[in-house]
Amino acid sequence: MELTYRERIRAYLKKCTVGIAGCGGLGSTCAINLARAGVGKLIIADYDIVTNANLERQYYFADQVNTLKVHALRNNILRIDPTITVKAFDLKLCSSDVIELFSGCDVIVEAFDKAEMKQMIIETTLTHLPQKPLVAGVGVAGFGMTDLLRVHRSGNLIVCGDQLTEISEDSPLTAPRVGIVANMQANEVIELLMLKFDSQNEYNT
Amino acid sequence: MNIILNNREEIIETDNITINELLKVKNFTWKMLVIKINGKVLKRTEYDTVRINEGDDVSVFHLITGG
Repeated sequence: MELTYRERIRAYLKKCTVGIAGCGGLGSTCAINLARAGVGKLIIADYDIVTNANLERQYYFADQVNTLKVHALRNNILRIDPTITVKAFDLKLCSSDVIELFSGCDVIVEAFDKAEMKQMIIETTLTHLPQKPLVAGVGVAGFGMTDLLRVHRSGNLIVCGDQLTEISEDSPLTAPRVGIVANMQANEVIELLMLKFDSQNEYNT
Repeated sequence: MNIILNNREEIIETDNITINELLKVKNFTWKMLVIKINGKVLKRTEYDTVRINEGDDVSVFHLITGG
């Protein structure tokens, strides 16, 4: 039977792999929407556990407090689509882990909290995996200021966010603004994956 | 000299300046950065030694905690 365009895209994305470094506000929301979009394999890494405060903006539920984020996120993804392969690593990533876990991915998502960690994965990827697209999220704090959110592209490095707003008393993290950037990242990932989509191929499995 | 800075054409008054000099000229006072010149990422120790030449493509990314 002839597949529709939408079905061919779904069949293509099903064969794609995306790595997500960090499962907080950016990583959890990005992962959920990549899952809904049909990405077939997600490799997620984080060392933290879900807290009550995380529920303000991260894709977890009250009954998941005190459990590992990577396990909770895997469960939430599998509730959406049990056919997705989720590799979950309970790990504080270092440079060599990034290379080992993500070198087989089509695209890597940087979704860390700390600026030093963002710098580490960007430098590692640009230096050791220069052919690998990396989609980072930088500058997400506060609320409103939607117009400041942008995409800064430089070769295989794509940075979503405003690159301006630091977290402070006056500028806390809020769910909508972090969520917008997480979804900008997911949208960039889909666009990058679709560069290799061959619409003539029916992607029959 | 003419360079490309963050995907925009820019005219820099002084030729052959170092990265740290460029950051000063452009008033980039950010603490944590990733800088690429012509596609290659620089080490932080190179900011005082690597020089920018006419036509170079420079990207400066500002890294901030939050995510």
